[in-house]
Amino acid sequence: MSPKAVWILAEQREGKVADVSYELITRGRELANQRGTDLCAVILGDNLSDAELQTLIDRGCDRVLHASAPELRHFLPEPYDKCLQALIVKEQPEILIAAATSTGRTVMPCVAGALRAGLTADCTGLQIEADSGNLLQTRPAAGGNIMATIKTPERRPQMATVRPHSTRPAPSSTGRTGRIDRWLPPADLLKSRVRRVDFTPAAETQAIQDADVVIAVGRGFKKADNVELARKLANVLNGAVGASREAVDRGWLPYPAQVGLSGKTVSPKLYIAVGVSGTVQHLAGMQTSETIIAINSDSEAPIFNYAEIGLCGDLFTLLPMLTAKIAAAKQS
Amino acid sequence: MKIIVLIKQVPESQATRMDEATGTLIREAASSVINPLDLHAIECALLIKEAAKEKCEIICLSMGPPAATKVLREAMALGVDHGVLLSDRAFAGSDTWCTAFTLAAAVKKLGLPDLILCGERATDGETGQTGPAMGAFLDLPVISFVSSIEQIAGGWRARRMLEDGYETVEIDGPALACVLKEAAVPRLPTLQGKRLSRAKDIDVMSAQDLGVSQDDTGLKASPTRVVKIFRPSHLKKCEKLPAMDPAQAEKAVDRVVCLLKEKGLI
Ligand SMILES: Cc1cc2nc3c(=O)[nH]c(=O)nc-3n(C[C@H](O)[C@H](O)[C@H](O)COP(=O)(O)OP(=O)(O)OC[C@H]3O[C@@H](n4cnc5c(N)ncnc54)[C@H](O)[C@@H]3O)c2cc1C
Repeated sequence: MSPKAVWILAEQREGKVADVSYELITRGRELANQRGTDLCAVILGDNLSDAELQTLIDRGCDRVLHASAPELRHFLPEPYDKCLQALIVKEQPEILIAAATSTGRTVMPCVAGALRAGLTADCTGLQIEADSGNLLQTRPAAGGNIMATIKTPERRPQMATVRPHSTRPAPSSTGRTGRIDRWLPPADLLKSRVRRVDFTPAAETQAIQDADVVIAVGRGFKKADNVELARKLANVLNGAVGASREAVDRGWLPYPAQVGLSGKTVSPKLYIAVGVSGTVQHLAGMQTSETIIAINSDSEAPIFNYAEIGLCGDLFTLLPMLTAKIAAAKQS
Repeated sequence: MKIIVLIKQVPESQATRMDEATGTLIREAASSVINPLDLHAIECALLIKEAAKEKCEIICLSMGPPAATKVLREAMALGVDHGVLLSDRAFAGSDTWCTAFTLAAAVKKLGLPDLILCGERATDGETGQTGPAMGAFLDLPVISFVSSIEQIAGGWRARRMLEDGYETVEIDGPALACVLKEAAVPRLPTLQGKRLSRAKDIDVMSAQDLGVSQDDTGLKASPTRVVKIFRPSHLKKCEKLPAMDPAQAEKAVDRVVCLLKEKGLI
């Protein structure tokens, strides 16, 4: 008999599968193949369409298990916790991975607590150990100075949250087939002492974690007014402006723009770090970016060790020049 | 009203050491401080107390070595009423499951409060799991990523920072909230506060006091094991271009534009 399935906790917003789910498929598919078992996506929501659920199969799942109820439309801690627990107890997956998002980071510890399962936070690497078949979960520790590999030898399921954008989303391929199961949870699992009363979308026009291009502002900008230089570059590249903690602590940019260990992890096609020194905590949030370019006046700044091209010079000269030249290149 | 704030002592410096043999963090490093995010949780508790019409008691609860009395005293200097330290060799090496289980056992001993507050995560372990996991043991709704919290009739109203915006939730009855640094700006201790804190007692509780057995706390009882520790390496070969004078700058910027074109980014 093949081992029990690998599960991912897919997420949805307003009835649409969230992109982070497809990143989980990339991880989960690899693990399921290594274990010789099936990959199943669990998704909690309110009556998602078959077409939407099929996208999970198109991208690599063998099965989709949809817990559906109006109470599951938005994340609520208790119904999400109780429904996920019930499914795990019924089906006993071997592995369950979720995204380290506000949802995953909340529901996974609750579920792991109740089921006495081992849970590892914010993993950047997942692998199956050859002889034991255990899940090896690798994560940054001690402020990003160290990587730790963790396993759960006995308890099941083995649970982990995975850093968003630490891998690419699984591509869609047509012709894949799989089973879609819908489950209507009983009322007692849907009780909630928490009510969602209001939602205000983020002010930043583009969330940094979804942008293809991120321009990062560091302490080198010297004052808030100068951030405009980064915005202009971001505009010509259709990108978003991110920030180091130093820049956020000084109030130059809001906290949702912070990149790094205690901020967001981004993995854009292009990351331009400007006036950012490149501490381990900052690197933890951006080092998986496809192309990294650094602009820094200190030719010894650590950020240069992670960049493909580094410009050693004054950002106040280089940034406007770069913006102008890119704008010109786009014209021609 | 009663509020319990969970605090943790963490190493002040970033150069945290790990015990390579057991794979656990060495916590008794030279100088320890309150986990920075926990200060925001303490501040939330103090603000709630100040705004409350009824009498309100704030207890800080910490699990750690005997030296962690220092951070509890710091909390009391800020205005926290009581400090409780869970300290026992039996707790050593607890992972987040065991830590949450042990803290929850203490909360049950102290009597379930109206609100439990904690920082979103600690700067050493960086898991953010201990707080939410306690929700499971105490049957409390977990309100995570809280950017503000206030008391309302019969419960709490909180604002949560999500990936795509801010959500407001209302909670009936007691809750467990994990706060972000946006939640409140920590105050500084006053001289009088410091003096008063020295006179206050800190209760120290052992595994036996809590009725927690070796099967549920400590390294052996922990579901997870650290199997390997290593240094990360993502070094790339960087094409470093001097761009100090205008001529160099021009050349360097042209090179970047060229690379962006090659990669189809413009
Ligand atoms: C637990 C913990 C968590 C943390 N989490 C994060 C996090 O999530 N994100 C984060 O970013 N940091 C985080 N930090 C903070 C981190 O250690 C650094 O303090 C921070 O990243 C530094 O930001 P910076 O690079 O902007 O500033 P600095 O390190 O001060 O660097 C400024 C850079 O600007 C350059 N510069 C100055 N003037 C110019 C100029 N005119 N032209 C070009 N370059 C110039 C300088 O050479 C320097 O390299 C964390 C720290 C801890 C302890």
